Amino acid sequence: MNRVNDLVIKIATVNGTGSASANGLLMKSLFRMGIPVSGKNLFPSNIQGLPTWYEIRVNADGHTGRCPDIDIMVAMNKKTYTQDLEDVRAGGYVLYDSSWPLPKELLREDVTFISVPLARMCVENFEHSRERILMKNIAYVGALAALLNIELDVIENQFQEKFSSKPKLLDSNHQAIMLGYEYVKEQTDCPLPLHLERMEANDDYIMIDGNTAAGLGCLYAGATVGAWYPITPSTSLFDAFTRFCHKYRKDPETRKNRFCIIQSEDEIAAIGIVLGASWNGARAFTSTSGPGISLMNECIGLGYYAEIPAVIFDIQRVGPSTGMPTRTQQGDILSCAHASHGDTEHIVLFPANPEECFHLSVEAFDLAERFQTPVFVLSDLDIGMNDWRTKKIEWDDSYTPDRGKVLGKDELEKMETFHRYLDLDGDGIAARTLPGETAKGSYFLRGSGHNKHGIYTENPDEYQEVVDRLKRKMVGAREKLPAPIIHTRPGASAAIISLGSCDPAIREALAELENAGILLDYLRVRAFPFAQSVGDFIESYDSIYVVEQNRDGQLRSLLINQFETPPQKLVPLLVYGGMPLSAKDVLAGIEAQPLKDQEKPTKARV
Amino acid sequence: MSSKQEIIHPRSPRNKLGYTSRDYEGAMSTLCAGCGHDSITAGIVQAFFELDIAPHEVLKVSGIGCSSKTPTYFLSQSHGFNSVHGRMATIATGASAANGKLACIGVSGDGDSLSIGLGHLSHAIRRNVNMLYIIENNGVYGLTKGQFSASADRGTNSKKGATNEMEPIDPVNLALNLGASFVARSFSGDKSQLIPLLKAGLKHKGFVMLDVYSPCVTFNDHEGSTKSYKYTREHCLQVVHTDFVPPTEEITAQYPEGATTEIALHDGAKIRLHKMAKDYNPSSRAEAMAYIREHQDQGEIVTGLLYCDPDSVDMHQREQTIEEPLNRYPYDKLCPGSTVLDEIQGFFT
Repeated sequence: MNRVNDLVIKIATVNGTGSASANGLLMKSLFRMGIPVSGKNLFPSNIQGLPTWYEIRVNADGHTGRCPDIDIMVAMNKKTYTQDLEDVRAGGYVLYDSSWPLPKELLREDVTFISVPLARMCVENFEHSRERILMKNIAYVGALAALLNIELDVIENQFQEKFSSKPKLLDSNHQAIMLGYEYVKEQTDCPLPLHLERMEANDDYIMIDGNTAAGLGCLYAGATVGAWYPITPSTSLFDAFTRFCHKYRKDPETRKNRFCIIQSEDEIAAIGIVLGASWNGARAFTSTSGPGISLMNECIGLGYYAEIPAVIFDIQRVGPSTGMPTRTQQGDILSCAHASHGDTEHIVLFPANPEECFHLSVEAFDLAERFQTPVFVLSDLDIGMNDWRTKKIEWDDSYTPDRGKVLGKDELEKMETFHRYLDLDGDGIAARTLPGETAKGSYFLRGSGHNKHGIYTENPDEYQEVVDRLKRKMVGAREKLPAPIIHTRPGASAAIISLGSCDPAIREALAELENAGILLDYLRVRAFPFAQSVGDFIESYDSIYVVEQNRDGQLRSLLINQFETPPQKLVPLLVYGGMPLSAKDVLAGIEAQPLKDQEKPTKARV
Repeated sequence: MSSKQEIIHPRSPRNKLGYTSRDYEGAMSTLCAGCGHDSITAGIVQAFFELDIAPHEVLKVSGIGCSSKTPTYFLSQSHGFNSVHGRMATIATGASAANGKLACIGVSGDGDSLSIGLGHLSHAIRRNVNMLYIIENNGVYGLTKGQFSASADRGTNSKKGATNEMEPIDPVNLALNLGASFVARSFSGDKSQLIPLLKAGLKHKGFVMLDVYSPCVTFNDHEGSTKSYKYTREHCLQVVHTDFVPPTEEITAQYPEGATTEIALHDGAKIRLHKMAKDYNPSSRAEAMAYIREHQDQGEIVTGLLYCDPDSVDMHQREQTIEEPLNRYPYDKLCPGSTVLDEIQGFFT
């Protein structure tokens, strides 16, 4: 039976052998055939030699979350044959390099083996050793093209775009594709029953990773100062920002930079530089992962208490400690929401895909300046480093940055006196001034105890007056943050609350449940502290699954804490082994914890 | 907060911008009576007044500790930032990145700079951030009651009698080693040496390390301490005396011929160096390092403008940032707009 545009390919290779460009070629080909597709890079913390995998999910319905049911394994790494061959679903296929025999004990009756002598063909056809290794990867793309009905024109067009000025590379890539393609055509009935056909589903979409989209967002937000320390999986965010700045932020005449990017000595310095630059009026940001957040904690408290805008990207990876740096998790929710010692509460935004990474980046700068406080953008390795099919990013040219309450010369002149921390509007937000403008606007910013006039204090009432205003400010922020996305349907008896990269898996699980006659509503939070609509949603159900990728139910804790929800009402559904969440994980979690009266509609709200 | 009375005599001298020296003062100091830091504060007030720098065009930053409290005590009309322990250099770096046009003075101590903040200090030197970085160096932690700091000399005794057995970290040697373009040492008790150094440091383009021995009268001014007033006075060896000559002024001080050299600064001012030690060469990093080390081993504290490279490339020059401050650059020149965004997205289809 044919299955069209619904399959999972897993490619097992060795790190550092050039498979990334082959996988990129494959991904782009599928995307350009108009088919919904996503790619998950399961890579080791290593430069060369360790096993690495790339999973491609194709789904005509647009479900592009991770799916662990592997239809086709491209087994290019002998060292992982055992595991890789076990991972293929019954009825699936294994494409392997038959330059060397496959150990008999690994053969399975329930899968089809497709042998292609990739290494041998490349040795026979290419001269240089590095080329032989690289072209082996391109050749498996050719083999897959024959097996799956990938359009050769689409592949060739990419070579033209990439190598038009390098005819030698153009030739060898073409040759490698044809080696794989023709060999398989000869040996196997092509295409397989499981194959691809052109669609038109990608017209309003792009294929991009979240870190690139976030870097682009910072460019559009008008950020001018960036400070960072290299750490997986956030490095590519600053790589992207730097690349975009060099292309789009140079003075056309002098070629001088309209930006200053500083690779700092550590994450403490990175946040210090951001605070210094923000204090002095630049839009400034940093990007890091969990370990960096740990180091930044003291300065984050300074930003909160002294009320300095800052944008901090946390591209989460598996913790604690070094953890698994190349695996994904949502383990920093609590440590960001209340980063630093003393009473703190921070605005945290939760993008769920690259398009949101872009828009929430821009919004983060506006919020940081409006509320004069550090704002976190909490992404993760799955969003940040994997290839997502995401909605095309729309930009409104009428956008102007919200700099918040910043008093200029004229406004200051009209005032009798200026006091930095005086709440004149009753919204908890005091106006600030920028250095270098006037003497009247000058103030002494300090992380030590200060009263509403900005003067040092150790007086209990004066201290409390300021921190109580900070609390009021954050309460006021709740309704000004990105609103939750709520899907409700008549007849739903229970619901899911989740965040961030869980989204595609949850949507797919909801669709599957619906097919089985079970209706669940769904709320995806996009910001902390939560809007009242989140509390109202919780009120409307007897039971709600809280789906998140950490061990301790961190989102659930924040919900219980803010809304004083009875804990038993929020059922934790936790997946935290480091792989991107799949619909299967969600369904298994629901099956393992069935809700009482699940069939009976108990929803209070229509 | 105790504030000073606002009485300005009508005939008080005014600088070229019309400010009196009171305009450069700050709140009353809350440090111990006789603290070396207060003398440095007074020197800072005088230096800014005489340099005709508008107070609101100055950034003053600090970390945590006795020395880090002092920015409250000068230039109350400036924007100040008293940050967290050891991180002053990072704040200054960011502030300078946002707007390099403002004068930036950072005040730190030996604990703040040489222990918890050593990494940041080192990297601010490497980046050649355009700032005057003052270490008010007294060899002890004052606010926590007299523990040795990393600048305490080997063999020095604490007030309670303990002896420091570890080698000190010397900020002057460190700065020279890391490539700082302006390195000086002074003593809080020697105003005639300190003030020209402050002025020259504020006008130098690039990172200025100014290490000032500043005795702690409460915890480190006793017999057996190598950072006391008495010991410092007795062991100071001024190798170069500095005159700061503003752009339009004539040189008035007279020194014997042959021992005086001039360094032209970027704004037309001059630093005039008078060699007190014949064999000292402040334009050679290697010779300066060897001289200072040699005399240190003999128990001497070498002071003065120890090294200066007026042509160093500062952070903004190296990063090739635009002339206009980034913090006030118009947004429409920062955002490439929707057409370009579509173009960019073309690469992702």
